[in-house]
Amino acid sequence: MSQTDSSNRAPLVRVENLTKHFSVRIGAYGETKATVHALDEVSFDVRRGETLGLVGESGCGKSTAGLTLLQLHRPTSGKVYFEEKEVTGLSEKEMRPLRRRMQIIFQDPYSTLSPRMTIGNAIGEPLWLHELASGREAQERISRLLNDVGLNPAFAFRYPHEFSGGQRQRVCIARALACEPEFIVCDEPISALDVSIQAQIINLLQDLQEEYDLTYLFIAHDLAVVRHISDRVAVMYLGRVVEMAPKESLFDNPLHPYTNALLLSVPVPNPRKERQREHIVIQGNVPSAISPPSGCRFHPRCPLAFEPCAHEVPEWREAEPGHWVACHAV
Amino acid sequence: MSVLLDVQDLQTRFQVRKGFVYAVNGVSFQLDQGDTLAVVGESGCGKSVTMLSLVRLLPPAASIESGQVLLRGEDLLQLNLRQLRDVRGGEIGMIFQDPMTSLNPFINIGTQMAEPLIYHRGMSKSEALARSAELLEMVGIPDGEARLREYPHQFSGGMRQRVMIAMSMSCEPAVLIADEPTTALDVTIQAQIVELVKELRDRSGVAVIWITHDLSVVAGIADRVIVMYAGYIVEEAPVDALFEDPRHPYTVGLMGALPSLAGETGTRLTTIGGSPPDLVDLPDFCPFHPRCPYAIDRCRKENPMLEPVIDASDGGHRAACWVDIREVELEAGAAAGSV
Repeated sequence: MSQTDSSNRAPLVRVENLTKHFSVRIGAYGETKATVHALDEVSFDVRRGETLGLVGESGCGKSTAGLTLLQLHRPTSGKVYFEEKEVTGLSEKEMRPLRRRMQIIFQDPYSTLSPRMTIGNAIGEPLWLHELASGREAQERISRLLNDVGLNPAFAFRYPHEFSGGQRQRVCIARALACEPEFIVCDEPISALDVSIQAQIINLLQDLQEEYDLTYLFIAHDLAVVRHISDRVAVMYLGRVVEMAPKESLFDNPLHPYTNALLLSVPVPNPRKERQREHIVIQGNVPSAISPPSGCRFHPRCPLAFEPCAHEVPEWREAEPGHWVACHAV
Repeated sequence: MSVLLDVQDLQTRFQVRKGFVYAVNGVSFQLDQGDTLAVVGESGCGKSVTMLSLVRLLPPAASIESGQVLLRGEDLLQLNLRQLRDVRGGEIGMIFQDPMTSLNPFINIGTQMAEPLIYHRGMSKSEALARSAELLEMVGIPDGEARLREYPHQFSGGMRQRVMIAMSMSCEPAVLIADEPTTALDVTIQAQIVELVKELRDRSGVAVIWITHDLSVVAGIADRVIVMYAGYIVEEAPVDALFEDPRHPYTVGLMGALPSLAGETGTRLTTIGGSPPDLVDLPDFCPFHPRCPYAIDRCRKENPMLEPVIDASDGGHRAACWVDIREVELEAGAAAGSV
């Protein structure tokens, strides 16, 4: 893993006050217009060669963050920089050469592969679209990619239904790698897989990162997995990043009460320790992103909440070197 | 403690075009009163089919080929459908993975919750509704009476699972079967549901069968654990013994594949190579041997039985493996030391 000090590396991707709102209609007949605050004023950077983990519960906006970053959703406001060049506001055509360098792997390897396309064609499509290779050269690259993700190159002529979930995810990874990207958004790439297969895919992603010199934004809800694979971790709650730090400081010394609550919710795979540890269960549910709570969005569930939390949005500040947090109480 | 549920040599298979899929192959286990048994395994290992077989909630293509399911000595497999209906939701309560699809979206929560109370307990509708409101409060849904008039879509995923738990516990079952009840939920909600089930179990003395693929959840809730692979029980042990002294290579593999919040980082996860087998033939070899790092010749020729392990630290620790993996590790350690 790129455990080398990533703190002084230049950011490959930088996100500044990124906001994405969706207009929806609610009510029994869709008579009321409303806004889903999926992503609000989110800022982070991903440094070259590192893995930034993005964690949070469902509906916290972590996938929206990944999609908006890649301009697969147009942001409502805010900016995204790739190699310090602004990509927000670029046209589709201007975006195309950058798309080759920024790829994505999705959660569900069943719905992301066309059932009518051989996996060789699925992997080769980015090569042809970006005019990177054709003919025999393309075939050779497809074989090499299949080999790199641990599949037999002879599988190129088979269809997705002939493969298991883990194998399909390998195909998706090969396709993301086809146009030799520098940056890959991994959007819950292992959530749909069984435990033993998850471990295979995690190891594969780590090997490929080294081999291809990749930078990952790794989106997941499983804290143990994120701790395993990431260099730094950002925690999201209801559309906002509440804490971001190198993984050691985040997991050993969480500052935000939500991060702390999340960590205490994770069961420990050791029966004796599990019986001994305190079981503080965070109460309530995540509120709706249509009418998020005022001030700090976590305040209705927060054990530390006090007066300003309900009124003022806490400032995003560097509490310790490299350790960012948004909370009035710390 | 007395044996509440005694399952003997259960076999369930599915008819498919090419023949049969052998989903459950001679599964036996016992459940004591107030005990919590966790059943662990990956998708397709037969854990859900085993539990659905207990109450014969199987799709038409499935058939139970042999076995006994003795609940307080009475064989559930011999009951007619009418008698079975008294057991389902009565003596045996169930919670399923997806609270979204287990509730009828067109019927309000109150009517759905009242149904088993009216059927099993002979309550009137108003009695059943009053009891349902109490049950909702018991599972941590405040203002139960008002919420009975609401529909499933007005509840969040965690809340729906609470409703399911309230329903399954409403007729004071002796056994609660929970089939991946927290898999669809977020981790903070999962923690809430696990705590709730523990609390209800301790208060009512219900025996719980908790089916899951997540070993970490098991550590916090189970007394005993069954690990299933390819329709067989490959290891059975008290929870501490399983985590501290796993004896089946598959269990060892599962544990190594699990990243943990406390573990070393920067290490590689150990993986189990390959993928689970098709269950289209009954194997005359150990079904795990193609993926097993310890496999010897015998594993390819004979399927091991579930037998007590050597030097068990705890009674009731059984594994189905020809190899004593501790011995192999010791030898490997000695070999490494002598070099």
